[in-house]
Amino acid sequence: MSDQRAAPPSPASPVADAKGWIGRPVKRIEDARLLTGRGSFVDDHPPIANIHAAAIVRSPHAHARILGYDASAALRMDGVVGVITGADVARLTRPFSVGVTAPVHYYCTATDKARFVGEPVAVVVARNRYLAEDAADAVAVEYEPLPAVVDVERALDPGAPVLHEAVGSNVAGHRRLVYGEPDRAFAEADIVIRERFRFPKYGSTPIETYGVIARWDPLEGAYTIWSNFMGPFIMHPLTARVLGVPENKLRFIVAPDIGGSFGIKSSMYPYMALIALTARCTGVPVKWIEDRHEHLLASSSGTDRIAYREIAAREDGTVLGMRYRWLDNVGGYIRSPEPGCSFRPIGNFVGPYRFQHLEVDTSVVMTNKSLTGPNRGYACGHLYFETERMMDLLAERVGLDPVEVRRRNLLQPEQFPYRTPTGGLYDSGDYPAALDKAVELARYAELRREQTAARAAGRLFGIGVALAVDPSVSNMGYVATALDPQFRAKPEYLPKSGAVDAATIKVDPAGRVTAILATTPQGQGHQTVVSQIVADELGLTPDDVTVVDEMDTLTRFWSISSGTYSSRFGSVGTSAVALAARKLKAKLVEYAAHLMDRPSDQLEFRAGSVRLRSGTGPSYSIKDLAGRAHWNTESLPEGMEPGLQATAVFGFTVSKAVDENDCVNSSNTYGFIAEVMAVEVDPETAAIKILRYATVHDAGTIINPMIAEGQIYGGALHGLGGALYEELQYDEGGQLLTGTFMDYLVPTAVEAPVIDIAHVVSPSPLTPLGSKGLGESSSMTVPAVIANAVSDALAPIGVRISELPMSPSRLWELIDGARKSAGKA
Amino acid sequence: MTVNGQPRQGLCEPRKLLVDFLREDLGLTGTHVGCEHGICGACTIFFNGEAARSCLMLAIQAAGAELGTVEGLMSDGKLHPMQEAFHEHHALQCGFCTPGMLLAALDLLRTNPEPTEAEIREGLAAVLCRCTGYQGIVKAVAAAAGTLRDAVETAPALLRHHPLP
Amino acid sequence: MKPPKFDYHAPPTVDEAIALLTRYGGEAKLLAGGQSLVPLLNFRLSRPAALVDLNRIPSLAYVREADGYVRLGAMTRQRTIEFSPVVRRRLPLLAEATAFVGHLPIRTRGTIGGSLAHADPAAEYPTTLTALGGEVVVRGPRGERTLQAGDLFQSYLATALGADEILIEIRFPAMPDGAGFAFEEFSRRHGDFAIVGIAAMIIGQGLSCTAARLATAGVGPSPVRLRGAEEILEREGLTEAAIEAAARRAATLVDPPSDIHASADYRRNLTRVLTGRALRRAIARIGGPECPTLSSSG
Repeated sequence: MSDQRAAPPSPASPVADAKGWIGRPVKRIEDARLLTGRGSFVDDHPPIANIHAAAIVRSPHAHARILGYDASAALRMDGVVGVITGADVARLTRPFSVGVTAPVHYYCTATDKARFVGEPVAVVVARNRYLAEDAADAVAVEYEPLPAVVDVERALDPGAPVLHEAVGSNVAGHRRLVYGEPDRAFAEADIVIRERFRFPKYGSTPIETYGVIARWDPLEGAYTIWSNFMGPFIMHPLTARVLGVPENKLRFIVAPDIGGSFGIKSSMYPYMALIALTARCTGVPVKWIEDRHEHLLASSSGTDRIAYREIAAREDGTVLGMRYRWLDNVGGYIRSPEPGCSFRPIGNFVGPYRFQHLEVDTSVVMTNKSLTGPNRGYACGHLYFETERMMDLLAERVGLDPVEVRRRNLLQPEQFPYRTPTGGLYDSGDYPAALDKAVELARYAELRREQTAARAAGRLFGIGVALAVDPSVSNMGYVATALDPQFRAKPEYLPKSGAVDAATIKVDPAGRVTAILATTPQGQGHQTVVSQIVADELGLTPDDVTVVDEMDTLTRFWSISSGTYSSRFGSVGTSAVALAARKLKAKLVEYAAHLMDRPSDQLEFRAGSVRLRSGTGPSYSIKDLAGRAHWNTESLPEGMEPGLQATAVFGFTVSKAVDENDCVNSSNTYGFIAEVMAVEVDPETAAIKILRYATVHDAGTIINPMIAEGQIYGGALHGLGGALYEELQYDEGGQLLTGTFMDYLVPTAVEAPVIDIAHVVSPSPLTPLGSKGLGESSSMTVPAVIANAVSDALAPIGVRISELPMSPSRLWELIDGARKSAGKA
Repeated sequence: MTVNGQPRQGLCEPRKLLVDFLREDLGLTGTHVGCEHGICGACTIFFNGEAARSCLMLAIQAAGAELGTVEGLMSDGKLHPMQEAFHEHHALQCGFCTPGMLLAALDLLRTNPEPTEAEIREGLAAVLCRCTGYQGIVKAVAAAAGTLRDAVETAPALLRHHPLP
Repeated sequence: MKPPKFDYHAPPTVDEAIALLTRYGGEAKLLAGGQSLVPLLNFRLSRPAALVDLNRIPSLAYVREADGYVRLGAMTRQRTIEFSPVVRRRLPLLAEATAFVGHLPIRTRGTIGGSLAHADPAAEYPTTLTALGGEVVVRGPRGERTLQAGDLFQSYLATALGADEILIEIRFPAMPDGAGFAFEEFSRRHGDFAIVGIAAMIIGQGLSCTAARLATAGVGPSPVRLRGAEEILEREGLTEAAIEAAARRAATLVDPPSDIHASADYRRNLTRVLTGRALRRAIARIGGPECPTLSSSG
């Protein structure tokens, strides 16, 4: 593996020199096909013949023992080819590995019990989806309903229904992590503030749902699964094990176009296993396209969480330490990669602040709700909602402006690269500069003056601030923090770490350049970004570069960490591309040197050609060299491989396994977000109006600012969704109340705010281009900033926000309650 | 029926949804399925010159009608001004809602050729997007409104036969 | 989410449609715009033996004005109503309410007859029919009858229509010349059903009020006519104090539900707030350019 601590990247600003393509808002290659209806989403172009359709029979009960199945009526129906039940699944597959030691048996259907409404219990395969659904209606399943529990605190009560008898309680895992001396910090503090928070269960609901097409080849003993799965590809060996085939007999092919994912499509692998098994059992290729009701019922979402926070501080607002106690609700089973819900941000648990003393007590709890997994901003929306609310409560207590109290606690630029108490390694950053820029962009002083006047007129005008360290590129090892150090110390335990990607660049005989990756994009414009990088490196224009981005586990290089999630393309993917281009360049120079019979250090690659540094003599363009290399291999220097291509694999060396003190650098590059929002709350309807929203992002080198801005807008709206509109709500019996888009409220263009965006650039020293990633961006901060703004707006009437979402009805109840207890009508 | 100006026909059960018929029987996969209950708008097509949700229509109801889909927006190998505007203003990321957005936007401009930003947002609320935060789309529609107002031939083939209500 | 099997008929006349309804003995459903029915079919929440499609009966769609009434064929599209010069001139409250009905693509197919027959109390058209004192003409095997709004809407998604009857026409008395009007609605997102909606029409001059009409959406199983609030205005005029009193009274006249989107208390509060807002907007419009007019131009 090449040395990733490369030389500091050239041009540090997001706008490179005039000839450079990096930093320019290049329009997207992807648009042409997507604008004309010629995309290749998984349901668009059948890859093989004779594909049948599956319809999944799902449990209507939140918690029930499964006593038996009767598929006889279904099997007699028109067009039906077969029915698979949980009994078949239990017999023919293994349960999935889980990220905890608790003996949770999770199969791709319910087997002994159904543990959430919507859990698959059987699958019908028929000629088409209409007939399959008809037959699914006719599958009879006998249940013995059991009492259900959905509240994460009630699930811990002694008398609560227990979902997994083998586990004995509803706690899938519990860890208490201690860093520094939090008890001492709290004992010495001038101020201790405690608060309880509630963060809702919601998910990004991409407009394209899960789609799987599976085929079993009995002669090869191999499965092929086409889908819109986005990674991480650790799920591939996991799924192979479940299906009982060697990994090279399980082929995942990912559709070239994916209609959004935001983490949600990382959790579809159990359905891939299920449909694959179904194909094998029925002997026909099977397609399953998830419908919207199924998606809301049984796909994936973030956890709902109850958090108890404590902050220890001095009178001057300096934070000494914090305590986090979390109850994360993962639903009926703990499905990998949970408990990432707690541990994903372990490296940045302290956020952008200097405090050294932290205690984290986290319980991952199972209840009769649908399952959870990565959702945009994975665990950070929760983390920063709590931390940033606490910082505002601290500001209020010590009588400081919320911006000032944060300034006093921020890490300073000279402290970078900074090792956090929890093992994170913040590679670069200038947090005070970004905060100052956000304050300036928002015209903060003017907003405070406006607030004074508004308050005098009785209006509810509030300003919120939120800061976040934006962790990108998971180090896969972080999930092991869920396991006890003693367990990890056992000799048979294999530690995990890593964040890797590969790219190949090849030149054809006529000199045309093709870059090949396997990164499963879902709208992030990878082809365009790659063309910019390759164009810069090789002195071409982006239009000269063909980019192929297709994932096929049989034919492409990939690793367990492959995929497009945790904003990793921006740093790992782009780094692999840059390194492959540089390798190719070096090869071109070496070849030209051989042709000119000169030492290669006398040559340079510039503007698409190799020539002597002195500027005299012949020059060889890529086309010249490609023609010679392909047509006359004798002309190559001894030892040089024929053909003209280069492959680079990039991996972060700062990705290490969790150590015995529960410290781990859970991400590889860390960006920063500072934002300010001003709102007005209508005192009569409690409607919230966003008056101004300014955000400053530091994601290192920005390769395409147009794409970056799009990511910020999209991420912010996901955050706003969870803060105001979206929640997967259940009744006490575990029935989902928001099973349609009429009740699960996805924000429209009317609800979407206009955002003032600015950037600060602290290039990462860890990537060749200095880029980090910003795919998750403001999804992590908007819940915090709007909760702070609304709390500020309602401060005169004594209402503080500690629960989301803030629907008008809930907000009004708080306002009305506060007014009544203050004696006003 | 006529689809994008071409006569098309098929045979299906009465219950087959129009969006499924377009995709499966006519091979027009540009129109997408996102919710099957009329909220997300990914299935938006033109039905006799007006935007409608094809997941809420039965294929059989389209017999004798003139349909327009995203595949019919280009003419003579050139992008429609609305498609151009989407490209210029980064109005798409994953592209799944895009066909619906394009057609909903076109219908909006036909009924309101000079919309304010608020009116554009209200019109676009007919289609859900989870990628873009809508900003690029709003800008694209505003830009296209200007272009379409000035162009002599503003409507692609699929809209030509049906004047404004 | 695909529909279950059903027989399908697309008769060319109303009488044939009625005959089909009779033949299926209550197991057939009428397909109008489909914007409410097809989702139910796709979710398999509705499993009719047959669909009787009304979209091939062109004589059911029209907008006519005569003798002080505006008559709309039941299959008139909401989109047609939105842009109809007759409606804008004589029933501007209905035009304004239409802008709140979903989104334009929904209004392309959705019909006024379908909306009224579906009787969702959070929808805009049942409320507007109630406020404007409209009536519907219903035809069945035994002939035609007329129903007032108060008699048509019986409960949540339930009307007085028999299983073999078809709503064929909606009649509104044209709004009086110079009447003020407003449709006020609060929802979570643009285009959603109302959490609470208020339709208001005020006939008056200066501070005197000849007649007030107020009806609700979203606060009960059917639209509520806020007669008690209307009386306050008719008795005390259009002063700020009367508006406040009427708004407060309105909140006492409703018994709203609690659901995942809003509590009963919040809906009661919104009833008061939106009644006030609707009244102020309606009053400001009296005699102004947006009012209904008798002019026959346009």
